[in-house]
Amino acid sequence: MNQGSLFKDLMLFLVFAGVVLAAPVLLAPLGANYPDLLQKFAIFGIFAIGFNILFGLTGYLSFGHAAFLGVGSYASVWVFKLLSMNVIPAVIFSVIVSGLFAFLIGFVSLRRSGIYFSILTLAFAQMSYNLAYSVLTPITNGETGLQIRQLAPSDRAADYVLNLRDEDLRILDQAFGVVEHGIPITNLFGIKMSGYPGFYFCAVLLILAFGLSILIARSNFGMMLKAIKSNQNRLSYTGINTRPYLIAAFVISGMFAGLSGSLLAVTDPLAGAERMQWTASGEVVLMTILGGAGTLVGPVLGATLIKFFENIFSAINDNVLQGVYSFLPDGLREAAVAVSGLFVGSGWHLTLGLLFMIIVIFLPGGLMQGFELITGRFKRKAKAETPSQQSKQPAE
Amino acid sequence: MENIVLHVNDVHKSFAGLHALSDIDLSIREDETHAIIGPNGAGKSTLLNVCIGRLKPDSGSVVFDGVTLTGKKPHEINQLGVARVFQTPEVFPDLTAIDNVMVPALAKRDGAFKMSLFKRLSREKDLRVEAERVLEDLGMADQMQQVASEMSRGNKRRLELAMSLIQKPRLLLLDEPTAGMARHDTNATIDLLQKIKAGGITTVIIEHDMHVVFSLADRISVLAGGRIIAQGTPDEIKDNPKVKEAYLGEEQV
Repeated sequence: MNQGSLFKDLMLFLVFAGVVLAAPVLLAPLGANYPDLLQKFAIFGIFAIGFNILFGLTGYLSFGHAAFLGVGSYASVWVFKLLSMNVIPAVIFSVIVSGLFAFLIGFVSLRRSGIYFSILTLAFAQMSYNLAYSVLTPITNGETGLQIRQLAPSDRAADYVLNLRDEDLRILDQAFGVVEHGIPITNLFGIKMSGYPGFYFCAVLLILAFGLSILIARSNFGMMLKAIKSNQNRLSYTGINTRPYLIAAFVISGMFAGLSGSLLAVTDPLAGAERMQWTASGEVVLMTILGGAGTLVGPVLGATLIKFFENIFSAINDNVLQGVYSFLPDGLREAAVAVSGLFVGSGWHLTLGLLFMIIVIFLPGGLMQGFELITGRFKRKAKAETPSQQSKQPAE
Repeated sequence: MENIVLHVNDVHKSFAGLHALSDIDLSIREDETHAIIGPNGAGKSTLLNVCIGRLKPDSGSVVFDGVTLTGKKPHEINQLGVARVFQTPEVFPDLTAIDNVMVPALAKRDGAFKMSLFKRLSREKDLRVEAERVLEDLGMADQMQQVASEMSRGNKRRLELAMSLIQKPRLLLLDEPTAGMARHDTNATIDLLQKIKAGGITTVIIEHDMHVVFSLADRISVLAGGRIIAQGTPDEIKDNPKVKEAYLGEEQV
């Protein structure tokens, strides 16, 4: 495993930051340069980076990470309702709450490993999902989802006779004398978090998250996580108590998920339980494996790719397909549209499934492995041209 | 030679009615190399597993340096200074040789758990130098950057030995270090173990191969049917009729 020098890591970080900040320009040729989509790339990039800290480094496959995403969203919307529309308190609070939640779930789930661990996390996430729809309705507002409302009239706020589902408090904003007309928009000290400012807020956090993931991967702590993945039993006979390491990794990764949940609420202040469903947990698994589990850049790449294709394929409908196949004779065209129709629109998951199968079968290391194969081939070619270097290598 | 490092007191262990170990009393002295031999199924591996906390004895106790090991977790026992080398080489297959050795070095320095997020492993100069030295001593200078899964079985075994030695354990447990080796490799391993022995380290070695045992051991305990039937220096064991009957007899056919 490549340790990576400090200089190389710094370069990687800077290039990554540059690419993310320039994304609106770089993605323009693909037509993906509008803020809503770019935000999604950044948010799910953070989610996947966090998931990769657990899965990529320790090998523990959590199937319930969407629960932390959901908890992060709910926590943020509550801060928007109670304290302030400023995003800073919301983001901080979400990360803390999802961290605590991850600690509870991790503490129990990490008693087991392998498939049993995966099933425990899945069970916890589905439990959270169902609770959000039933018992926890006062907190989650059930199927309607938790939303931001207008301020409560000041006399009722003073008496604390409130229906928080329909009216908000925003104590901090009121204390600072922020004037609201109708339903307010999330902001960062006055900068509205919609459009490009919203994207850049997410982008900065994505860059920080990426930096943190490099730090973790290269640290002594990260080495222990890799050793857990490689041979956990041996590690405990080496004098390491693996459990706290695993819990720490689980909590960190839950906090990343909470951060991305919070950012979803920042860009669209509405939290619903569907964010916690197992399909959402499965999606981040796909993103990470598609990009390359255990690599630094892979998860972000996978997240971007899946969100990009989702955006394209789910927008195609039968009319578009009719246009594409207009060169075919009538009967044939109908058949072509019917078949392709299965793979687009709401059926785009079928395309995702196929894409995933192809990658896993031919590139089990994900897209990053693909890149390595390509660059490796170039390097080998370069080496073959300098035979003196070849003779240095051992005969084997 | 008077200091007792490990004391096994009256240990019993049975699996579903089968007496794997009965009345085991064993004292390992400081700096000695103590071999435990015995035919297949004699209970050698069970005894070793009891010593490292993998198995809990039904009764009796294992005391290391005044501390009872019985019921302790594997990492706690290692932190006390007991290192083990497994029968089938247990390494970190995805890591390079040097990282394989760095991990136990970190465990020794930082303890069972330390959240060191801001220390880069590549900047742990002192540990790295030490790890390189241990690998060089074991003749693995060329393989430091090799990933362990790509190594031969013999090299994995040497690597595992390096992982134990870097911790400077007070007690080293070796489980059949030459199992499945060709004669040539066995001899190389014996040389290696003799070198380690010269460095002064208390070692318990479980071994099948008489050649290995007699070239290394200061004292030998012979296990048969879950009991220690004889104990003594190699010369005493060689001449012991009970041992000949239980073990050497079948070997010398």
